[in-house]
Amino acid sequence: MSRIAARFEQLRERGRTALIPFVTAGDPSPAVTVPLMHAMVAAGVDLIELGVPFSDPIADGPVIQRATERALAQGVSLDDVLDMVRQFRERDTETPVILMGYLNPIEVMGYETFAVTAHAAGLDGALIVDVPPEEGHALVAMLKAQGLDLVYLLAPTSTEARIARIGEVASGFVYYVSVKGVTGAGNLDTAAVAEKVGLIKSLIRLPVGVGFGINNPETAASVAQVADAVIVGSAIVSRIEALAATPERIPEAVADFLTGLRQAIDEVDAHVA
Amino acid sequence: MSTSPDNFDWDFAGAASARRSHPGAYDWPDAGGHFGPYGGMFVPETLMHPLEELRTAYERYMADPQFQAELDADLQDYVGRPSPLYHAERWSRELGGAQIFLKREDLNHTGAHKVNNTIGQALLARRMGKTRIIAETGAGQHGVASATVAARLGLECVVYMGEVDIARQEANVYRMRLLGARVVSVTSGSRTLKDALNEAMRDWVTNIDNTFYIIGTVAGPHPYPAMVRDFQAVIGREARAQMLARSGRLPDALVACVGGGSNAIGLFYPFIGDEGVAIYGVEAAGDGLQTGRHAAPLCAGRPGVLHGNRTYLMEDNHGQIVETHSISAGLDYPGVGPEHAWLKDSGRARYDSVTDDEALRAFHHLTRTEGIIPALESSHALAYVHKLAPTMRKDQTIIVNLSGRGDKDMHTVASHDGLVL
Ligand SMILES: Cc1ncc(COP(=O)(O)O)c(C=O)c1O
Repeated sequence: MSRIAARFEQLRERGRTALIPFVTAGDPSPAVTVPLMHAMVAAGVDLIELGVPFSDPIADGPVIQRATERALAQGVSLDDVLDMVRQFRERDTETPVILMGYLNPIEVMGYETFAVTAHAAGLDGALIVDVPPEEGHALVAMLKAQGLDLVYLLAPTSTEARIARIGEVASGFVYYVSVKGVTGAGNLDTAAVAEKVGLIKSLIRLPVGVGFGINNPETAASVAQVADAVIVGSAIVSRIEALAATPERIPEAVADFLTGLRQAIDEVDAHVA
Repeated sequence: MSTSPDNFDWDFAGAASARRSHPGAYDWPDAGGHFGPYGGMFVPETLMHPLEELRTAYERYMADPQFQAELDADLQDYVGRPSPLYHAERWSRELGGAQIFLKREDLNHTGAHKVNNTIGQALLARRMGKTRIIAETGAGQHGVASATVAARLGLECVVYMGEVDIARQEANVYRMRLLGARVVSVTSGSRTLKDALNEAMRDWVTNIDNTFYIIGTVAGPHPYPAMVRDFQAVIGREARAQMLARSGRLPDALVACVGGGSNAIGLFYPFIGDEGVAIYGVEAAGDGLQTGRHAAPLCAGRPGVLHGNRTYLMEDNHGQIVETHSISAGLDYPGVGPEHAWLKDSGRARYDSVTDDEALRAFHHLTRTEGIIPALESSHALAYVHKLAPTMRKDQTIIVNLSGRGDKDMHTVASHDGLVL
């Protein structure tokens, strides 16, 4: 069983909703990322999404765009990000880590080289924003051969047919983008999310994470009522941005924020149980 | 190709021959929008269904006689088509080789070929019930052409333009505003055309319900490269008929500048099956290919994925898109339409480049010899003709796409000549 599947299995047994943070690797500097990952685990997160900086992030709003620019200014590449995963694994062999990013850096590295290097580094999967199932065959095959999961996005615009089709190729979990928009958009419609997640669960057997627009304990709690995982990105990244000049304070500040989210989610879980 | 072949599930030769219903037939793209290994739909999930809706509408209306009649009427009465095919006799004589014919897209309403496409897409937007259109622009020509059709159809219009381009194309920014469009300055990344495209995509994902994104060139995800080509192919259809009517035979060569590649594919497409017609696309070499300061992905880039399709790109060894340079804002783009990538690899078209200086010399030369002031983009095609025509016989012919007029470039040219207007 993959590390991701095992983690969701464990969570299900314990009646716990996953908390998944997203941070851009190398923001605001490469030295921050690995200690930050450990601090997030200590704060109670269940899986980590590490953003790979790309020059043209079409699915990202201003907060993650700026994080990307900060990382790129330091020359952070896909190789460097995989190296961060390898370093993280020296002390943590249990928390699943996936990369989130765009296809081109992987195209240039070569799918096979990427899959082999990523597996050796201890990566568990990848979510490539601009690879829909229609374009994913060759990449999925390479990742599968190395035991890596390819996590797919689902959106408010996904039809039933598309959801079912994605269910056939996705592994690990699926990521429901809760709003039509880019990362950091702030108009989460909880009722609409609940309805769509219900539909997804009737068509796909994998765990369903929900992200985009979750920025405080209240929105985290409302999403926890319907999803298997609560995914938080821009709200963390903007806290990192605010402390970019004093990077040594970042791990603690992010951990404080995540602890608040974790508590809100735990309360929902206790109530449901 | 320098990218690792394991990325592609395409077998070039096999795929090409499998798709040939009869020898010589050219029917790209495939159902998924691929031209060989290029093109496709590399977009976030949110856009997949809207793109499917767009493809369905586009296929339906391209086959709808009423839609076609409306489009043809607009192209005739509003754009001013057909555009003339003009024999540049004096210039041809001076170069001492082939006879050069200019396809006068500069005479279109709004001054460039861009309007052929915006008319088509705006009619489609209206048929699809969209009330708002968005566009990206580099030189401002596509932005002006979008603002123009939006004004005419009473649609809201937002144009994304890089901060750098806004500074060098002030006149066009003012034209767009006069036409009622909101011009949004894009300050991310390199603050040029590619970043404007990123921002337009972000807007589209957010406002998908009421918004139609009019992409200005044969780039983006399927169906855009095919759809924009089909709207621009009126250039080549007319040129082919005009040349046949005039000389009873096809031209020997076609030349067009390639930014995203829409004016070029518009001219080339109807001639692809005519094997005797040589096809040349001209990219911007900027300060020279060897300096790295250029915008010539076909000549000096390698395959990758950007803006929804796989194509040749200007990128670094880590897959980051690099900044481009060209004197002409309309060619200052690190990618190129996927069909050009395929035409290059398959050998059907050849791609070369000319520098800023060569383009400027051609700009002045045409202006003085023929009394026609060309756009700086088009001047790249003209500069290539300067090299090509003398190598050909006097009874041979070249059609060059004069994709736009140079009014918008007065400030750029003047400042190169040390003047401030
Ligand atoms: C006059 C003119 N020609 C050519 C281009 C380049 O675009 P494309 O390569 O899509 O024709 C532009 C773009 O702005 C233009 O304004």
